[in-house]
Amino acid sequence: MLEIKNLHARIGEKEILKGVSLTVPTGEIHAIMGPNGAGKSTLSYVLSGRDGYEVTEGEVFYNGQDILALAPEDRAAAGIFLAFQYPVELPGVGNANFLRTAVNAVRRKRGEAELDAVAFLKLARAAVKRLHMKEDFLKRNVNVGFSGGEKKRNEMLQMALLQPGLAILDETDSGLDIDALKIVAEGVNALRSPNFSALVITHYQRLLDHIVPDVVHVLSAGRIIRSGTAALALELEAHGYAGLEAA
Amino acid sequence: MSASMQAIAEQKYKYGFTTDIAMEDFPRGLSEDIVRRISAKKSEPAWMLEWRLKAYRLWLTMEEPDWAHVKHPPIDYNDLYYYAAPAAPAPKSLDDVDPELLKTYEKLGIPLNERAALAGVAVDAVFDSVSVATTFRDTLSKSGVIFCPISEAVREHPELVKKYLGSVVPVRDNYFSALNSAVFSDGSFVFIPKGVRCPMELSTYFRINARNTGQFERTLIIADDDASVSYLEGCTAPMRDENQLHAAVVELVAMDNAKIKYSTVQNWYPGDANGKGGIYNFVTKRGACRGKNSKISWTQVETGSAITWKYPSCVLLGDGSVGEFYSVAVTNNHQQADTGTKMIHIGKNTTSTIISKGISAGKSENTYRGLVKILASASGARNHTQCDSLLIGNECGAHTVPYIESRNSSAKVEHEATTSKIAEDQLFYCRSRGLSEEDAVGLIVNGFCKDVLKELPMEFAVEAQKLLAVSLEGSVG
Repeated sequence: MLEIKNLHARIGEKEILKGVSLTVPTGEIHAIMGPNGAGKSTLSYVLSGRDGYEVTEGEVFYNGQDILALAPEDRAAAGIFLAFQYPVELPGVGNANFLRTAVNAVRRKRGEAELDAVAFLKLARAAVKRLHMKEDFLKRNVNVGFSGGEKKRNEMLQMALLQPGLAILDETDSGLDIDALKIVAEGVNALRSPNFSALVITHYQRLLDHIVPDVVHVLSAGRIIRSGTAALALELEAHGYAGLEAA
Repeated sequence: MSASMQAIAEQKYKYGFTTDIAMEDFPRGLSEDIVRRISAKKSEPAWMLEWRLKAYRLWLTMEEPDWAHVKHPPIDYNDLYYYAAPAAPAPKSLDDVDPELLKTYEKLGIPLNERAALAGVAVDAVFDSVSVATTFRDTLSKSGVIFCPISEAVREHPELVKKYLGSVVPVRDNYFSALNSAVFSDGSFVFIPKGVRCPMELSTYFRINARNTGQFERTLIIADDDASVSYLEGCTAPMRDENQLHAAVVELVAMDNAKIKYSTVQNWYPGDANGKGGIYNFVTKRGACRGKNSKISWTQVETGSAITWKYPSCVLLGDGSVGEFYSVAVTNNHQQADTGTKMIHIGKNTTSTIISKGISAGKSENTYRGLVKILASASGARNHTQCDSLLIGNECGAHTVPYIESRNSSAKVEHEATTSKIAEDQLFYCRSRGLSEEDAVGLIVNGFCKDVLKELPMEFAVEAQKLLAVSLEGSVG
């Protein structure tokens, strides 16, 4: 379970999050929607521990553990995964090598045995197939020369292999065509279980046709201004954020 | 810095131990007398002594070069020891080698015991001024390959040594080559006869142990027509507060269709985090592609030394000959590296490739300096140069100084250069996947160097990857 309590955060002198509170019980998928500049990406970075985002007030617990003091890699080991809006390129670093290093780093921290190259490849090939990706994906350099859609699929591949308890998808749908969108949705839906929860951050409703959330929150100017069922997303689609903010 | 990071930083130079062994050394300083004593110690013939004395007299008239982008206090050449060796008589076989020395090499991970040795790698181990053991000599001699300490080659194969020594790097080439020619004490000699592919990797392991001692090794490798060899050298030294001088000369000769691949993993003690101590590494390495379609390939991974001054070069004399230079140079803390290559195209249709990857961290300075020279005779010559610099942090420097001189209009010369920083988003991306910051830097740096590391012999590529990561520990955050 993820519990965010009165979270305030700033970049430099600028306060971006102004008291965000929300709870995602284990097994549920919550969506966060909001206009540009509402603080959606900031929230995802604060949750995953990026440098440069200063928490000035509030607390975040994941499965009862205060995570704000943890380094990003320790949050990953605790089971938090961030799917990036703009996945980063790592020239010269082979995808398979990167994935195996990541999986084994997390396994080591969790006190599990590391996977050897053979065992890992077997796992990775199966995941590649499940996500309808070409096998040469594993041989290419991490995100280098990938199309927008391929990058997002690569995020889903990483997620499938790292098996997080909580996935945060930061506008993973931006710039995707409908086919790629479906693959992202499949990636998330495949992990759906009573032990998995997700925070799906999106600007548009269309991703939520494919990942149906249990709860939708609206983030505006650094605060959650409304929460509701999946129907809230449709309402936003029809009336826009402006109407909501005025209300 | 956390306690664990501190611990990693402190143990990072794991080769910094000293070996406690009875040593014989000559008095400090350099004079004709010292040169004579070195020569006598090696039981050298008169012609070798004459060669050394001429070099010494020439050196006295020369000035230390100051054009490299490095700074250091003046070196007092009369305050150094020019010869140091284990006191016991030279070993006749591995069984005679002092067990303390064998232990040292074991600690360094260099197996001298042939039974335990890496299959297919013959090792020559040079400790301070002498070669202490050469493995697999019998196996090699069956195929006609000579692999022995150069001091032995001077006595046993004078015709080869006379013919080739100083033929690629003349005594007067530069200040340090003249110094080395006067006082070189040991190093490796390799001769691959016509048509022979050397049946195993050859390797020399250089270790400086004694205090205040300069190491001046001399390596000479000759591949006759249609011969080929792959040679690797590794270097380490104890952690000492004072700077130590290392001025080696390496000469390679490739005849018709011969191939020489020379790989270096240089990990001399770099000094501490405040720049105290460390090796001054002033090395002259050059290969002559004398034969048609011959090929010389230099691959270097330079992570150690307080100062590196080194330009492994190729003289492409034979028509169709090929020169290659693949380099990774890492500097951290207060290290300074000025390294690169010279490709001199003389023969027709000669080609050269230069790939240089410089990585600077801490307060270090890292310079690529290279010359591509195409003579009027070199019709159809081609060069491709790729120089990439990676910066970690805001206090280090990366410099690229390429010189191109072309006197033949049919030549094609290409130069590409990039400078980048390890981006914060790359680090965060890796860390959000569970990698520690150090592992993330290691992964990104190894990716950056991939084009060079893949040129290393397989067994050493893995070692080099680890070394890169260790060299940069503590450089971020």
